[in-house]
Amino acid sequence: MKTKLATLALGALMAAGPALADLVIPDLSYRTGPYAAGGIPFSDGYNDYFTLLNERDGGIGGVPVRVIECETGYNTEKGVECYESTKGEGALVYQPLSTGITYQLIPKVTADGIPLHTMGYGRTSAANGKVFSNVFNYPANYWNGASGAINYLLDENGGDLSGKKIALVYHNSAYGKEPIRTLETLAEKHGYDLTLLPVDHPGQEQKSQWLQIRREKPDYVVMWGWGVMNQVAVQEAANIRFPMENFIGVWWSGAEFDVEPAGDKATGYKALTFTGLGDDYPVYDDLRKYVADAGKAAGAGDQLGSVQYNRGLYAAMLASEAIKTAQGIHGVADIDASMMRDGMEALEMTNAKMDALGMAGFGPEFSVSCENHGGPGLVGVVQWDASTGTWNKLQDFKPTDAEVIGALIAEDSAAYAAENNISERCN
Amino acid sequence: MFYREAGDFKTSYRDDSQTFPIKFDRYRYYVVLAVAFGIIPFIINDYWANALLLPFLIYAIAAIGLNILVGYCGQVSLGTGGFMAVGAYACYKLMTAFPDVSMFIHVLLAGGITAFVGVLFGLPSLRIKGFYLAVATLAAQFFLVWLFNRVPWFYNYSASGQINAPERDVFGIIVTGPNASAWATYLFCLIFLTVSAIIARNLTRGTTGRTWMAIRDMDIAAEIIGVNPLKAKLTAFAVSSFFVGIAGALFFAVYLGAVEVGEVFGIQKSFLVLFMVIIGGLGSIFGSFAGAAFLVLLPVVLKLIGVDLLGWPTDIVAHLNLVIVGALIIMFLILEPHGLAQLWRVAKEKLRLWPFPH
Repeated sequence: MKTKLATLALGALMAAGPALADLVIPDLSYRTGPYAAGGIPFSDGYNDYFTLLNERDGGIGGVPVRVIECETGYNTEKGVECYESTKGEGALVYQPLSTGITYQLIPKVTADGIPLHTMGYGRTSAANGKVFSNVFNYPANYWNGASGAINYLLDENGGDLSGKKIALVYHNSAYGKEPIRTLETLAEKHGYDLTLLPVDHPGQEQKSQWLQIRREKPDYVVMWGWGVMNQVAVQEAANIRFPMENFIGVWWSGAEFDVEPAGDKATGYKALTFTGLGDDYPVYDDLRKYVADAGKAAGAGDQLGSVQYNRGLYAAMLASEAIKTAQGIHGVADIDASMMRDGMEALEMTNAKMDALGMAGFGPEFSVSCENHGGPGLVGVVQWDASTGTWNKLQDFKPTDAEVIGALIAEDSAAYAAENNISERCN
Repeated sequence: MFYREAGDFKTSYRDDSQTFPIKFDRYRYYVVLAVAFGIIPFIINDYWANALLLPFLIYAIAAIGLNILVGYCGQVSLGTGGFMAVGAYACYKLMTAFPDVSMFIHVLLAGGITAFVGVLFGLPSLRIKGFYLAVATLAAQFFLVWLFNRVPWFYNYSASGQINAPERDVFGIIVTGPNASAWATYLFCLIFLTVSAIIARNLTRGTTGRTWMAIRDMDIAAEIIGVNPLKAKLTAFAVSSFFVGIAGALFFAVYLGAVEVGEVFGIQKSFLVLFMVIIGGLGSIFGSFAGAAFLVLLPVVLKLIGVDLLGWPTDIVAHLNLVIVGALIIMFLILEPHGLAQLWRVAKEKLRLWPFPH
C-alpha cells in the first residue's frame, strides 16, 4: 500500500512539475514607438547576455535561462498585459525600462512576491528597502543623477554655484519629474536658480522651450529626456548655438543615436553614466564568438558596444549574478521568485567578480542590503566627440550628495508607507 | 426558424415595447447575463481579468457614453480622454479624502463630477456645430490634461505627478489595489457596465433619446416641432460625460492602479474610444460593446498568434498590429459604414426569414 501511495505521489509530482527546469526572465521591451531608439539596444544587450550564458555555460548553475520578450511600446496598458501574461510562467525578475510601468508594477510585484529591478530609473525612493521589499534600483537612481550633475558643475566652478542659472529640460511625465525635488533642494543648498521647462510626450516639439532658453540664457542646461526627445533637444540646442559643453543629459539622454543627428555641432555635449563605455572588455570576445558570429544575437545584432546596449548587458549581468547569489543561499539551482528576491538583496558586486566576468570596471563596486536597495549611487560623466563618434570619460564614478538624497528618500518612502499601511522591515 | 415573432403573442403594451421583443433574443440576453455573472467569476484568473475582461468592460462603458453624444445626439467629441481623466482624478481625490466610504459611491460621484465638467464644455455646442465643435472638445482634452499635470493639488503633491490607487473596498471586499482578487474587480466593473447599458438603452428609447435623435437628424426641424436644443444638447453632454467619467474612474482605480495623465488619458485615448464607436456602430448600444471588444481583443489575439504561436519577433507583430487595425478601420468605413452593429442587424434579419427567404 505504502509503495503504491508513494508511486502515486511521485507520479502526481512528475505530472505537476514542469517538463524542464529553466530560469524564466521576462523582457518587457519596446522595439516600436517614439522610444524604440533606446528600447532596442537595451533589450538586445539584455537578451544577448543571457544567450551568451546559455551557449557558453549552459545557463546559470547548470539551469538554462529562458527569456520571454514582450512588446510594451512604452505603454502602461500593454505593460500590464505583458506582466500578467508572463508572471504565470515563473518569472524571476522584471525590468520594464519605463518609469510609468514601474509605478504600475510596484504594488503588483509586491503582492505577487516577484522582485522588480529598475536600474537607474523608476521610483527613486524604492532605494529604501525597509519600505519597498521587492523593488531594487541599484546601482544608481535619478536623485544620484541630479546630484551627480550638480556636483560636476560645482567642480567646474570651483565649488560655488551661487547666482548661476540652471535650466532643467524634462520629459513631462513621472520620469522627467523625478529629479525636480532633488534639484530644488540642492538649489537651496548651493544657491543656484532653477528653471523648469517641461516637454510633452513624445517630445518632437520643443521650439518654445529652447526659445525660452535663448531668452533667459541659463548658464547650464540639464536634461531628463528619452527617446526622440533627446535628438530634438540636442538639435535645438545646436540651432540656438547654446554652448554644448554646458549641456548635460542624464544617462538615458546620453547614447549615440541622441547626438548623431546633430552632426558635428553636438561635439561637447555631456551625459551622466553608471556603466562602462564601448566594447573594449573581454566579455565582448565571448559575445562575438558565441552570440553575434553564431547568428544568435537579438534584434538586428548591430548594437554591440553602443551605450544602451551596454546598459542592457549590465542589467542582465546583475540579474545573473543575483541568480547565482540566490542559488548559493538556498542551495537550489532552479530558484523561484522569492529566492531571487533574497539573492538580489544579498548581491555583492566586487571588482574581482567583474574581472572574472570579463567586465572589469564596467560598473561601480557595491553591495545591496535589506535596508539599502539603491546601491552607492556613483555617477560618472562622459562627453561626446562627433569627429571620432565616441563618448569620452570626463569623470570617473564619484559619490553624490548622500545626505540630501537620503533625507528625501526617507521622506518620500515614509509617505508611501503611510499611504499603503506598510510597516518597516529589517528591524 | 426559431428566431421570429410569429407565434410570440403579446397581450400588453408593456410586453410589446420591451427591449428584446423576440423570445429567442430575450433568452440569449438572459444566458449572456447568467454566464457573465454566474460562471465567469468562478473561473477567472489574473491574466483574463487584467489583460482582457477589465479593459473590455471599462472601454465598453466609455464607448456607451461617447455613443450617446456622437451616435445619438450627433455632437462630435474628441474630449473623451480628458473627461476620463476628470473621472480618474475625481475618484482619486475622493478615495484619498474619504477612505472609509464605499468605492461604489466614489465611482458614482466621480461620474457626477465629470457630468458637471462635461456640461461646462458642452455649452459651446449651442453655438457651434460639426468640425468646429470637435475642435472645441479637442481644446477640452488638452486643457484638462494640462490642468492635471500642472496643479499639484490634483495629485496630492506627489513627487512624480503620478496618482496611485490605494486599497479600497466594497462591503469589505477589496476592489482596488494589488491585493484585489480578479473576480472582485471583474464583478465590480461588470455591475457598472450592466447598469450603464440598461440606463443608456432605456434613455435612448424614451423621450430624452428621441429629442437627442431629433437634434442629430436636423436641429432646426427639431426646434420647430418643439424640442428644446439647450436641454437636449446639455443632457446629452451630461449623460455622456457621466458614463465616460465612470469609465475613467474604473480605468484608474480598478484596472491600472497608477496613472500618469498625459500618457494614459492623452489624445490617443479619445481617438481609440471614437474608433470603438465608429467600428461598433454609431447610435447603437450593442455597437459600443462590439467596438470595445473588437479593439481590445484584436491586439491581444494578434499577439497570441504572432508571438506565442508562430514565434515571430515582437516588433514585427507590433507593427503588423498597427497595419491590420488600420486596414480594418478603412475596410469598415468603406464596406459597412454603420459598423459591427449593422452586420449584426443584417444577420438577424436573415435569420428571421431563414430557412425560407422570399
